Amino acid sequence: MTTANSTYLSLVPPPRPLERAEKTRIPAVDPRVYQIGSLSLLLIYGMSHLGFDIKVPQAASTIVTALATQWLCSRLWRLPMFDPKSAMISALSLCLLFRSRSMALVILVTVITVASKFVLRWKGKHIFNPTNFGIVVMMILFDGVWVSPGQWGNVAFFAFLIACAGGLVVNRAARSDVTYAFAFFYSALLIGRSLYLHEPLTIPFHRLESGALLLFTFFMISDPRTTPSSRPGRILFAALVAAGAAYIQLRLFRTNGLLWSLALFSMSVPLIDWLLPGDRYEWNSLKRPLNHPLSAFRSTTNFVKEMS
Amino acid sequence: MNKRVASLVLLASFGFTHSALAFCGFYVAKGDAKIFNKASQVALVRDGDRTVMTMANDFKGDPKEFAVVVPVPTVLKKGQIHIAEKALLDHLDAYSAPRLVEYFDENPCRVHEERMSMRDAAMTAQVSAPSAKMQANRGVTIEARYTVGEYDILILSAKESKGLETWLRENDYRIPAGASSVLESYIRQNMKFFVAKVNIKEQTKLGFNYLRPIQVAYESPKFMLPIRLGTVNASGPQDLLIYALTRNGRVETTNYRTVKLPSDVEIPVYVKDRFPSFYRDMFASQVRKEEMSAVFLEYAWDMGWCDPCAADPLSPKELRNLGVFWLEGGQDISSRGMMPQGTNVFITRLHVRYDRGHFPEDLVFQMTGDKENFQARYVLRHPYAGSIDCGMSDTYRESVRARREKEAKTLASLTGWSLVEIRKTARLGDPAVTPASQSQDKPWWEKIWQ
Repeated sequence: MTTANSTYLSLVPPPRPLERAEKTRIPAVDPRVYQIGSLSLLLIYGMSHLGFDIKVPQAASTIVTALATQWLCSRLWRLPMFDPKSAMISALSLCLLFRSRSMALVILVTVITVASKFVLRWKGKHIFNPTNFGIVVMMILFDGVWVSPGQWGNVAFFAFLIACAGGLVVNRAARSDVTYAFAFFYSALLIGRSLYLHEPLTIPFHRLESGALLLFTFFMISDPRTTPSSRPGRILFAALVAAGAAYIQLRLFRTNGLLWSLALFSMSVPLIDWLLPGDRYEWNSLKRPLNHPLSAFRSTTNFVKEMS
Repeated sequence: MNKRVASLVLLASFGFTHSALAFCGFYVAKGDAKIFNKASQVALVRDGDRTVMTMANDFKGDPKEFAVVVPVPTVLKKGQIHIAEKALLDHLDAYSAPRLVEYFDENPCRVHEERMSMRDAAMTAQVSAPSAKMQANRGVTIEARYTVGEYDILILSAKESKGLETWLRENDYRIPAGASSVLESYIRQNMKFFVAKVNIKEQTKLGFNYLRPIQVAYESPKFMLPIRLGTVNASGPQDLLIYALTRNGRVETTNYRTVKLPSDVEIPVYVKDRFPSFYRDMFASQVRKEEMSAVFLEYAWDMGWCDPCAADPLSPKELRNLGVFWLEGGQDISSRGMMPQGTNVFITRLHVRYDRGHFPEDLVFQMTGDKENFQARYVLRHPYAGSIDCGMSDTYRESVRARREKEAKTLASLTGWSLVEIRKTARLGDPAVTPASQSQDKPWWEKIWQ
């Protein structure tokens, strides 16, 4: 070891073996950064190639409003830090899904979405995926809003692109089980129904090739802040959401069954957590001894992230 | 540059409705008559769970050979079936058709309207047979049998597709191979079958030499069009025009992309004489571009007005005949005469070219809250033809040259036509068609020190 290194080490104590081990578990970047990147790419692709019914001013207003709401709520809830990442994810998701000609409604849905994270909480977790909640509330309250599940088309290349981008995010967020479970149950339901109806399998495959479904599967239902804490709980949750969505779409013949079903069964998560308890997820969570020198700082950081 | 709308060239209906009703049924021919089903028109009036569907056809063959099978969600009573006047859908088509508009440049130094004569749609329905004759045969039950206008109509339910197929064959409906597999899934969804044939006696008595559109009204959460049966005996892709009339806004498909057609683009003026072929080729080109997997939006507008108008908006009476039931509120709305500006009827015109491979599922729709107007509109701009006496002639001439070049490229990219041919036909580079060509006589040095 050189003198220079010794000088350095004298200023910063060397990492303890525990920390070295933990360091290997820490993702290089917050998974939400990957998610923001993926959603941004999808939005740019959608606006430039698929003719998404959203113009730049609406997208810009959504992002600015989301960040402003996050900042304001951070002040109101006296959080020590303003964390823009979660607000960005909500804003981009709204840009991908929410449609309205009224700028007032665009701003309102953004405020409801971001504020819901601060207001609707249960034992430190969000009750609803914020974007899901915002959109569902607006669909209940107003006529002039809609979601276009057909906007993604069924081009296989695009499905592949979303799957890859989404898969990356899910793996980083370590909640891929709920995604895979949902994909399994929903596919099984659609294929099973078509087999029962003696329909050609091109019909369920056409439904499963939907970009809207992939977006939902990889980005929305996998939200680690709203899914049940234990793996069995998450698998049960995925099965319920899949069954609900299929029922709404194929039996009630209503559109956006995925969004309605997720909103409905999100309310059952506290019950599922009570029946099948597990550890609560925290972004970049690290289990550290309480007497660790960084624990105070980390607990503050985690508190901030909980609010995101 | 200032422009003046000099005239509007409006082409309402062209070429797409050369065959007949096919979207949700199949033609059943006796003997070896070959009937191709390439295009259809359907109006869907929808509010809440209530739907009124008008199915139009331009069937040209022997009426004896016409038949249609449409899966419907419920058993229809006689009052739920109606025969409409063909003029209703013709007017709807004319009002919402893609349009060509023509502008003439003004001197740089400083509608035709087609009215459709509409006949009042008169109900000529006759109910002759027992309204609900139950007759079980091969698992097929005739839930109801009516004669409405020139049609003999049966509402069938079936237990299994083979039985239905056999029953239809035994009753002189020749079913194309492969139909039973499609029928099976509708049977298992507990859907009924609306089966119509032409009653020649009634048709002769009524004096019509064409088949009038059939209307059905039903209440069901299903907002869809069954297109799968229509692909069974299709010899190739088919065209379907859907006119959706709603209270709140634009209609789109939820299981296929709904794509706006290119609009408000300037194209060479010579297209005026060949707009139908331009539009056909442009549509085909867009279908290819979207890999035949999209539904195209041609028109979305408040039914109260239009700009420019390809035809007058439909009158309240016509709308009611189409089934716009929420206009019933004012009993004498038609007597008010004038349609108010901005109504609570919004029309969406969708155009889809489909086949079995690219459209495996029936079309499913949703009503959006979008009331933004859209029209497929193509613009011709004629250069100024008079003499230009001020110093702007060179600038103007250059701008027109650049504009015409751009128009040619736009046309080539929209239609897939050869740019060389377009340039030749548009006479690009021909001084005789360049405006203000007299300025070319100026000596070259005049420009140097200007």
